[in-house]
Amino acid sequence: MRKTLLAVAALAALALPAHALQPDEILPDPKLESRARNISAELRCLVCQNQSIDDSDASLARDLRTLVREQLKAGKSDQDIKSFLVDRYGNFVLLKPPFEWDTAALWLSPFALFAVGGFFIWRNSRNRKTEAAPAAPLSDEESEKLKALLNRDA
Amino acid sequence: MIVETGHFALALALALALMQIILPFWGARAHDGRLMATARPLALTQFALVALAYAALTYAHVVSDFSLVNVVENSHSTKPMIYKISGVWGNHEGSMMLWALILTLCGAAMAAFSRAIPPRLLADSISVQGCLSAAFLLFILLTSEPFARIATPPIEGNDLNPILQDPGLAIHPPLLYLGYVGFSIVFSLAAGALIGGRIDAAFARFIRPWTLVAWVFLTLGIAMGSYWAYYTLGWGGFWFWDPVENASLLPWLAGTALLHSASVMEKREALKIWTIFLAILAFSLSLLGTFLVRSGVLTSVHSFASDPTRGMFILGILVLFIGGALFLFMLRAPTLTGGGLFAPISREGFLVVNNLLLTAACAAVFIGTLYPLALEAWNGSKITVGAPFFNLTFGPLFAPILILAPLGQLLAWKRADLLGAAQRLFLVAALGLVAMLGFYALQGGPVVSVVCAGVAIYLMTAAFAEIWGRVFPQGVRRSANALARLAGLPLSAWGAALAHAGLGVTLLGLAATGWGVEKITRIQPNELYQVGPYALQATSVDSAEGPNYREAIVHMTIARDGKTVATFDPSKRFFRTRQMATSQAGIVTLNLGQIYVAVAEQNPDGSFDARMYWKPLVSLIWLGALAMALGGTLSLADRRLRVGVARRAKLPANLQAAE
Repeated sequence: MRKTLLAVAALAALALPAHALQPDEILPDPKLESRARNISAELRCLVCQNQSIDDSDASLARDLRTLVREQLKAGKSDQDIKSFLVDRYGNFVLLKPPFEWDTAALWLSPFALFAVGGFFIWRNSRNRKTEAAPAAPLSDEESEKLKALLNRDA
Repeated sequence: MIVETGHFALALALALALMQIILPFWGARAHDGRLMATARPLALTQFALVALAYAALTYAHVVSDFSLVNVVENSHSTKPMIYKISGVWGNHEGSMMLWALILTLCGAAMAAFSRAIPPRLLADSISVQGCLSAAFLLFILLTSEPFARIATPPIEGNDLNPILQDPGLAIHPPLLYLGYVGFSIVFSLAAGALIGGRIDAAFARFIRPWTLVAWVFLTLGIAMGSYWAYYTLGWGGFWFWDPVENASLLPWLAGTALLHSASVMEKREALKIWTIFLAILAFSLSLLGTFLVRSGVLTSVHSFASDPTRGMFILGILVLFIGGALFLFMLRAPTLTGGGLFAPISREGFLVVNNLLLTAACAAVFIGTLYPLALEAWNGSKITVGAPFFNLTFGPLFAPILILAPLGQLLAWKRADLLGAAQRLFLVAALGLVAMLGFYALQGGPVVSVVCAGVAIYLMTAAFAEIWGRVFPQGVRRSANALARLAGLPLSAWGAALAHAGLGVTLLGLAATGWGVEKITRIQPNELYQVGPYALQATSVDSAEGPNYREAIVHMTIARDGKTVATFDPSKRFFRTRQMATSQAGIVTLNLGQIYVAVAEQNPDGSFDARMYWKPLVSLIWLGALAMALGGTLSLADRRLRVGVARRAKLPANLQAAE
């Protein structure tokens, strides 16, 4: 059902070109407005590809922007508004995926890769160090030979 | 007839590609010089044939031959000529043709300019390149036929998507593809070397020029794409962490890591296995990008499943080449012996850290781009991975590179004195801190911006401090021979300095976004609106007829301290055929910053809804990328590093050994 709704919304978005945040949407209270902007930047326009509702021209984005501002005026907290939208649309609406059991790999793997890579490099460099231990000092005989060679050149 | 000739040429090119797979490879096995020598004419003729096919398609677009499906769907007789030509690659079939054209161009370039490469290695590599062309030509002929005719040709075409009718279309895709596909040469050489099994420092020398060429084009392509998005989208965003953008960033990151590790392999014969791996990785990520963009998988896993022919075909190509190369890699890697040893604190050691960070940052982008697809396929839950994720993962993994790069540049090969290098960098770091304080005093504003701007100054200064250090080396009487040393500095040293400084320039531009001013408001004609240090005024309204659109123009002036400094005309275009509007932002560059205005249609009372911005130093974002590309080009021009001339170039004896 939600898919159909999205499809309808997408069609509507094509038919009626709206615009990203417009002057008439802006709240008179600058503090509330700046909160609205911050929240909007973290919400996905559901019918667009990877755009926040703040940037999107789709009419659905405009509706969501208005919704966010209405809820702000009603005194809801940022978290309340996000939870409200997540209940409605699922985590899909959040541009920053929450840390849950099925997104743990998403959040952790880049750093895990860095750590594992770092560990291997560290272990390797320790092995190298033992390999690269300074060569045994020259024997007396060798030193003599070297000196002779150097003197011959000079 | 011309169109059919193009189709036939494409099929013939496929036949040549198949021969190119077999003959040189066979020759290398049979030690038959004549068979190996077929590589050159095969690759060159194949390129000529694909170019012919491409020209035929372009011709059909130019003369608006509406008996071709591709022309009907993407062109219109009133479309300006520049978009008739560049519109060829503004659709799936045409862009695959451009891909094939550049792929065969790479094959031809490889065959033509690689005399220094041992014949057997070249034969094997050209054979691998032949596999690539064959796969993509088959893909075009079987699933993406650009020359298909239509039974009852219409009188008019559907026109090109208006968003694409922009000079950016003429520049961005060719640059990007030259970068993407340029890495195919590096890939083929790596695969060829793995087949032959002989891999030494010379290999790094062979791949270096090709890596640089691909990297330079990719840098320019990404920057151009970003600027295009910036001026088109109407609010001045330039990077969105969109999967399509990420697809181009991934090979760039891998290619950057490759440039650095190849320099270690070339100078010290170390990091061989790693360099080969990156050579494979860079092009593999290019292939992945093509898959993501061309298969429709990005919109949703389901839309991919509904018409899977193309997607499955590219997925097959992906698995075949990446899997094949990694299989070869697995077989050969254990037989490669490590080369030169080095202490952790050394130029090599820092380059290893650079590679680790770049790879981890690359992994963050890779995982962020693919995770939603994997998760949806796995348990059906849909998530979005957007900008906040990448800022939190890519950011911390990339940031240390900015701090460590200048330090690494000052370290000696093999074993270095970290304290000494830190001391030499002390002044530069101090300058960076002073700059931070200065920016804070002048601009205030977000801490991130202030810190980034300071780091940017540090990066730029440090890049040239390295040159300074080489002209006035420690322990040598200061001025003695300084000029001679300056003149004797290899171009690659200048290239590296310029590219690193470019990174700093871009960072400064990014930092300055925090000091931007935004004004979204309804503007009345002839009233003054203060945006940052400038006063903006809409003076009059105009309308104009374009070839295939109607344009509503607002004439505006910019004044500072009561004096007019510039006039400009933001506008709105309405395209008739597709019934779509595009916004042409008005942009004026002032002192490296830009005034950016996008307007909507006029309201009944004569006012306009407008988005007005003052974006200080914003042009640095792209100027930095240009500097990086120029740095790469300088490196490329360095005689010493060009294949084949290495032995002939000699350094005057009184100069320090290069690097």
